[in-house]
Amino acid sequence: MPESPYAVDVAIPSDVQYIEGIVAQVAAHCADRQFPQHLLTLNVPVALTEALANAILRGNGEDRGKVVRVRAHINDVELVVEVADEGTGFDLDACTLDPTLADRLEEEDGRGLFLMRRLADRVEQFVDGGNVVRITVRRT
Amino acid sequence: MSFTIRKMDDITIVEVEGQLIVGNRQELKQRVLDECEAGARKVLVDFARTGYIDSSGLGVLVSLAKRLREDGGELRLANLNDDLRTLFELTKLDTLFPISDSRERALESF
Repeated sequence: MPESPYAVDVAIPSDVQYIEGIVAQVAAHCADRQFPQHLLTLNVPVALTEALANAILRGNGEDRGKVVRVRAHINDVELVVEVADEGTGFDLDACTLDPTLADRLEEEDGRGLFLMRRLADRVEQFVDGGNVVRITVRRT
Repeated sequence: MSFTIRKMDDITIVEVEGQLIVGNRQELKQRVLDECEAGARKVLVDFARTGYIDSSGLGVLVSLAKRLREDGGELRLANLNDDLRTLFELTKLDTLFPISDSRERALESF
C-alpha cells in the first residue's frame, strides 16, 4: 500500500469532544518537524480548533452521522491542514466579523473566523464535494 | 480540561487546567454561574496552568464578566502566559478584563 502523503488523515464524527485529540496529533507532528514553540502552543492549536469547531457545529450541524475529514500535510516550510465537512459552504469574507469593534467587543460569539485568519498565514475556503477550509501555517 | 474552584474570603478563584475550548467551555460556564447564583460577586480566573483558549472559551469569559457586572460584581484574570496575552490582545479583550500578572496582585486589586 502506498505511503500516505499526509501526516494526519482522519475522519471524525461531528462531535466537539474529538477536537482536542486531533489538534494534539497535528501539533505533535509539527513538533517532530521542529516547528517554533509559539506556533505549537498558539497558532496551530487555536486556528485548527476554530476550523474543526466550525465544521462540526456549522458545517455538519453537530449531526454525529456526518463526518469531518482532517488532512494535514507538513513539510520543512509549512503546515497545510484541510478540514472538510458535509455542508454546502459559506462566504469566508462575509462571515468573518471584526470582534474588536466597540459594538461587538462584549458579544459572546463571533471570534472564530477572525482568530483563524489572524493566527494562520493563509485561510482558504472552497467547495469540493463538501465544504473545505484549508489552513496554512508557515514555520517562519 | 479540569478546573478547581476555591474560596478566599469573598473571592471565588477558578483555576483552569488544560485547554478552555468549545468542548468544555459549557462546564466552566455552568459552574461559575452556579457560584453566582450562590452569591459570588468577585471571581478570579487563574490561567497559570492553562494551555490554549479558543473563541468559545473567550466568549464564555465575556459572558460571565457581563453577568457578574449586572449583579454588581467583577471578573478578573491572572497569570496569562505570552500566548494567552497575544490572544487577548488580538481580540482586544485585554481592554475588557482587568488582567494581573499574579494571583496575589489580582486578589489585592479586588
